[in-house]
Amino acid sequence: MIDFTKLNVGDRIQLSAKLFTARDRAHVYLLDNNFDKIKNSIIYHCGPIIKDNEVIAAGPTTSSRLNPYTPKLIEKYNIKAIIGKGGMDSSVLNAMKGKAIYASAVGGAALVYAKNMTVKKQHMPEFGMPEAIWELDVKDIPLIVTMDSKGNSLYDDILQNSKKVLETLMHK
Amino acid sequence: MQPVKNTIPTTEAIVNLYTRCATELPGDVCEKLRKSLEKEENDTAKYILNTILENIDLAKKESKPICQDTGTPIFYISSDNTISLDEIKKHIETATKQATEKIPLRPNAADPIVGTNTGNRPIIHIEQSDRFKIDLLMKGGGSENISAIYTLPDAKLNANKDIEGIKRCVLDAVFRAQGKGCPPYIIGVAIGGNIEQVAHLSKKQLLRNLNDRNKDEHLNKMETELLETINKLKIGPMGLGGKTTALSVKIAKSHRHPASYFIGISFSCWALRRQSL
Repeated sequence: MIDFTKLNVGDRIQLSAKLFTARDRAHVYLLDNNFDKIKNSIIYHCGPIIKDNEVIAAGPTTSSRLNPYTPKLIEKYNIKAIIGKGGMDSSVLNAMKGKAIYASAVGGAALVYAKNMTVKKQHMPEFGMPEAIWELDVKDIPLIVTMDSKGNSLYDDILQNSKKVLETLMHK
Repeated sequence: MQPVKNTIPTTEAIVNLYTRCATELPGDVCEKLRKSLEKEENDTAKYILNTILENIDLAKKESKPICQDTGTPIFYISSDNTISLDEIKKHIETATKQATEKIPLRPNAADPIVGTNTGNRPIIHIEQSDRFKIDLLMKGGGSENISAIYTLPDAKLNANKDIEGIKRCVLDAVFRAQGKGCPPYIIGVAIGGNIEQVAHLSKKQLLRNLNDRNKDEHLNKMETELLETINKLKIGPMGLGGKTTALSVKIAKSHRHPASYFIGISFSCWALRRQSL
């Protein structure tokens, strides 16, 4: 597997690896239970459409909803990378220091990702299709590193810049 | 030409409407995305817009859902009294089940207390009209979560009950949203009315063709000016920078109570899935 800690914000990567999808309900489950399969692995914030074990559509979901659970999740399972969209907060950025990165997929581009994904296994099917934990193999999926393990976040830069512009516009 | 008698669309016609809606992005939205790519100078923004356009082509070619979040189906039905609303509701419910299997759609309805997934639950709005029409909006959850209602005056935003105050609310909502709801956004705004009216009316603006012109001159001017100002924030596609933060702003108004001044703001992600029957 790639050494994610060597990557920097702005790097574009083609990722081939095993991923586990996890949304809101899965995060609560993973913290309350022991699910050793995800140790040292990659989390994908995604609620896919899967039919007859074929990945139909599988773009990212908004990561910020998972801010409250993520620092503990990284700590508990030694998560190496998180894939999602929209970025995460400073508590996550701190928890990733020296350990993990966050990479952005393009929201809504569900087919670009799905065509390079295969289903290994569905865990927790009782959570329903979007909320289940899907174990997926992915090949060469395109991603942008947007938060690195050195404390840099592209989202912070954009936020600070847009804040400056907003303040100027509001003080007119 | 003989006036066409209003007839209830078949279940099959509604399934086809779902298929078009989930898999084909409307032409006006595609055109705005392509034009934005031509004007964009930021490398990451160009890369994201190219990926989006590639995905739109794939969805149409393979007749697959553009996004895995196939949204909450919202039906806006305009109808006269000759149509049985019970019957049309039944057709929509059956078509929703069939479309969920066939296209397929993601089962997107969950019980908020016990968490059980219950498939898809369409929302149906009905309005009186001479002409029968169905608009379907498949509304994604990411952009729904950043939608907002403001009350004027707002001391924190230094926003009063006037045009400048309205603009401040919209700018604040976009700033708070950053890249969370999949920009470039299409933004519907409703001014005045009461609380349920601004939520409904702002969302209905998302049904308008992006190239139309508001008949109200004040609102038309605000739509143009707000779009230009929003894009100065440089939030960009997916919130990673660039000048394409929004593709369009559409505004409507309704009369307000003297005590109230609500601003409803409905966001759509770039994948604005709407089709009509």
